[in-house]
Amino acid sequence: MIALLRRDLLLAARSLGDLLLVVAFFVLVAALFPFGVGAERTLLVRLAPGVLWVAALLAVLLSLDRLFAADQEAGDLDLLLLGGLPAPLLILVKALAHWLTTGLPLIVAAPLVAQLYQLPGESLPVLLASLLLGTPTLSLLGAVGAALCLGARRGGVLLPLLLLPLWIPVLIFGTGAMEAGLSGLSPRPHLLLLGALLALSLPLAAVTGALALRQAAE
Amino acid sequence: MLEVEDLGCVRAGRPVFAGLSFSLGAGQVVTLVGPNGSGKSSLLRILAGLLPPTLGRVTCRTDEDLAPRLHYLGHRDALKPLLSVAEDLRFWQRYWRGPAAAPRDAMAAYELSGLADRPCRLLSAGQRRRLALARLLLAQAPLWLLDEPTVGLDAASVGLFGRALADHRRRGGAAVVATHLALPATEGAQVLDLRAYAVEPDEAVA
Repeated sequence: MIALLRRDLLLAARSLGDLLLVVAFFVLVAALFPFGVGAERTLLVRLAPGVLWVAALLAVLLSLDRLFAADQEAGDLDLLLLGGLPAPLLILVKALAHWLTTGLPLIVAAPLVAQLYQLPGESLPVLLASLLLGTPTLSLLGAVGAALCLGARRGGVLLPLLLLPLWIPVLIFGTGAMEAGLSGLSPRPHLLLLGALLALSLPLAAVTGALALRQAAE
Repeated sequence: MLEVEDLGCVRAGRPVFAGLSFSLGAGQVVTLVGPNGSGKSSLLRILAGLLPPTLGRVTCRTDEDLAPRLHYLGHRDALKPLLSVAEDLRFWQRYWRGPAAAPRDAMAAYELSGLADRPCRLLSAGQRRRLALARLLLAQAPLWLLDEPTVGLDAASVGLFGRALADHRRRGGAAVVATHLALPATEGAQVLDLRAYAVEPDEAVA
């Protein structure tokens, strides 16, 4: 288990370009909006939560299609499935590795985007907390989606169609938390719901992802 | 160790083989022969548990405690282009919880020691295959399921594989090997020709 996590992190470190690409995509998408709608501060602060989260969803999506595909094409997915680690754990480890190499860098880059949108400094903790609770759910559901799309001819097109609707709750509560924080309300209920989504997606992803992987191995 | 009863396989709606039975004990080897498309690879994947059998039953009686109960080697070498030879072996040794010295011994057995730090993307086809075969030595598994293990290997490397297979048999290991080529260390092997179990299309309809 640790061995697999270590290998995936090592592979991600060796292809650092891919990781930077995802972060650059995130910052760039977010940076496009001020050009389109103008740099008026009240408008930007109003837009920021939604834009930030949509940009994060798209950036995560961009990184997902290779999550299992590389393993399947090379043939080591078969060996991973046969080699002792139960398939549900395999999904969780892969999702964790994905979050560490995608979700976490996005969170690190988020303050930069917040600066771009001139968000007040005191809203930053809420932004980070919402991302910290929300992005692992994206990785977990994303791992299931990536496993389901293995072997599909147009997997790259299928994946967004499958995942974006599933991610909507995270988008709603993620932006909800930020909007509440910006307007002086308590973001707590939204953050709790994000936590609940994460707790729910853990077993859900493990079980359904394992089935999808088994199916892909056939 | 391995018991196969009346196995049948349908792939993509097309019957591949049926009525296949054999058993395999400690130290024994079965070589699978037959033309392309006769179901050798499918049979190996069924035996590995990657593919459910359409008919029949596979019983694998090995020690449940062994982390990998079997080693499966398919057509693909399952290498990561960005990892070095030593890193690849180290990963699988950890994943299978093999002995810490195993990667070094496996490299020595397949004469890969000089390539330890070379990334897998720079290996030749034969070297890749040798690395894939070296992996079988990282953790002891009683059953080896090998799909064309010697494709792309030179004569010397085939000899190295023969030695590894002979060692495996001496320790009581068994193997099922699909092959088109003559293999070393397969004395006394049962030869299973899948042509004998082929299903004729019209027969299948009836």
